[in-house]
Amino acid sequence: MNQPIIELKSVTKSFGPVNVLKGIDFTAHEGRVTALVGDNGAGKSTLIKGLAGVQPYDGGEVLFEGEPVHLHHPRDASRHGIEVVYQDLALCDNLDIVQNMFLGREEMATGAFDEGRMEVEAAAALQSLNVRTVSSLRQKVASLSGGQRQTVAIARAVVKQARVVILDEPTAALGVAQTEQVLNLVRRLADNGVAVVIISHNLQDVFQVADDISVLYLGSMTARLRREDTNADDVVGYITGTKSMEAMA
Amino acid sequence: MSGDSADVTSQSDVARTAARESDAPTLLGKGVENSPLEHGRAYLQRLRGGEMGALPAIGGLLVLFVIFHFANDLFTTPRNMANLITQAAPLVVLGMALVFVLLLGEIDLSAGVTFGVAMAVFVKYTQPDGLSWPVALLLSLGIGFTIGFVIGFFVARIGVPSFVVTLGLFLGLQGVILMIIGAGGTYRLIPEPIKAIQNSNLAPWEGWALLALVLAILVGVAMWDRVRRSRAGAPNPSIWIPMVKLIAIAAVGVAFVLFLNIDRGGVNRAIQGVPIVVPFVLAIGMVGTYVLDRTRFGRYMYAIGGNREAARRSGVNVTLIKWSAFVICSSLAVVAGLLFVSRVGSADASTGREIVLSGVAAAVVGGVSLFGGRGRLMHAAVGALVIATIENGLGLLGFSAGATLAVSGGVLILAATVDALARRRSGAVT
Repeated sequence: MNQPIIELKSVTKSFGPVNVLKGIDFTAHEGRVTALVGDNGAGKSTLIKGLAGVQPYDGGEVLFEGEPVHLHHPRDASRHGIEVVYQDLALCDNLDIVQNMFLGREEMATGAFDEGRMEVEAAAALQSLNVRTVSSLRQKVASLSGGQRQTVAIARAVVKQARVVILDEPTAALGVAQTEQVLNLVRRLADNGVAVVIISHNLQDVFQVADDISVLYLGSMTARLRREDTNADDVVGYITGTKSMEAMA
Repeated sequence: MSGDSADVTSQSDVARTAARESDAPTLLGKGVENSPLEHGRAYLQRLRGGEMGALPAIGGLLVLFVIFHFANDLFTTPRNMANLITQAAPLVVLGMALVFVLLLGEIDLSAGVTFGVAMAVFVKYTQPDGLSWPVALLLSLGIGFTIGFVIGFFVARIGVPSFVVTLGLFLGLQGVILMIIGAGGTYRLIPEPIKAIQNSNLAPWEGWALLALVLAILVGVAMWDRVRRSRAGAPNPSIWIPMVKLIAIAAVGVAFVLFLNIDRGGVNRAIQGVPIVVPFVLAIGMVGTYVLDRTRFGRYMYAIGGNREAARRSGVNVTLIKWSAFVICSSLAVVAGLLFVSRVGSADASTGREIVLSGVAAAVVGGVSLFGGRGRLMHAAVGALVIATIENGLGLLGFSAGATLAVSGGVLILAATVDALARRRSGAVT
């Protein structure tokens, strides 16, 4: 496999006396979907928050395209093209699709919004994800379904030309049809050359969409697997701690 | 536990999406490619969906006009209409000032007494042996700015609820006014240019020039938008949509100027023309609307009002924007105070004490949400006109001030109820 776009080397994080991350190694590759699985409290969110620059790691090394980088602020992550799609979506209901997609990075021309350009780029971003179910780019996000909102949140990352997109439980609140839709979206995102990291509790989703599977157990990375080399029973074993990768190490 | 509720929503989501997506077109709509007729239909759908904006208030205003027209011969005379405009002007500006904080889901209960303090200073220090009025005006605007800055510090920086901070200031600043003016004291407003704002009129031709200027700006902006959209490769809506809007505005404007240019003076002296306060209020409204609709600052205000956390994660400086909103509100409140004092002709210890809740009521009646994220300056202006019309009309009919207050209160509750019902039916979020 070629050089990972993101490589974490034995990163640690503790809150007071609690070691949440005990020296984690992790990689994400362009064009591949890496699933991050683990039980509640395993440290998934903490790992992600470090990458997003929201909660910097205490120790260890973060390599971006082989170069060491420091992610101490969301801006740092943004600058490297790392975008997080949060579980609660972080969209503004009272703004329309285009306004949400460009929130915080609006296109300006002579001191005022360049709405036309934003609209065209928003449409292009949605098209690149093969989204066809939006009747108007100017409808308020409040009027969208859960799946559509997830779509907008993901398309936001595309508009920002993200190179690494981290999705926190993107299907947790969705029904069957919409989950399917969002997983397709995730696949297309990776096919467009983006490195996708997806956190999920749903192994069915994981096996449907992921190329690589990393399992966290109580702050340690217990397994890093390729999907085709493993199965759901094994992964459950790693998640619950009844199985470990010592043998392989 | 949260899993349960998530399941419930996902169930209904599936049903809703299935219904919605089966008949959705398989193209990426931009919402502009349809005929004017379809746009009209989409507009009606939005109305039914609870996005009524200022429409109920405009409807209410028309109803009030009809009722008062038939109830009292004097109501729709040019003299009373000019009077109504000057009566409403301070409330319109105060309502617009409050929109800036209401959009964030905050409130400023001290906006009225803020202008009370600023006007006490202004009027006191422009007495014959005092400061020149431009200096005093700068001083009072500075007072507004400072009060807004202090509120912003406590609310945006420290995190004290704005209700509490501004309630405290509402009480405290009344004391400050008393200290400046002295108990029972009243100062007469001296500077002629300030008196003129609410007591003089534009010459008839100036009224027409004002209308032409406003229309030129509106047409210019509409054209500019279209040019920029097509340059970016985005489709433009049918030209008829802005045209219909502009023609409607032009028609109302022509009627307005024509009516106010009728001589409404007595036998000795002709009084005619658009009150000078009108261009003042229009300028504030247009600049403010531009800022809210077309600049990052404005967009972020809506974003914070809609979902503060989302705005923060998108890189919006929530503290700074909140802080500035309070500064804008208090500074604009001083302008409202200037119009108020210009009309009343004096300042005393109670200046601005009662008007603030009418300002909030004006915004809410006009369709501004108290929960933030929804509302426009125009809404507050229409709401203020409704409240001023009630006061004016009931006053003409000889009702007491008590009856006027009671009716205004009823209208506020009615407006909020209409809004709540419309939103509940549509299932829309606040």
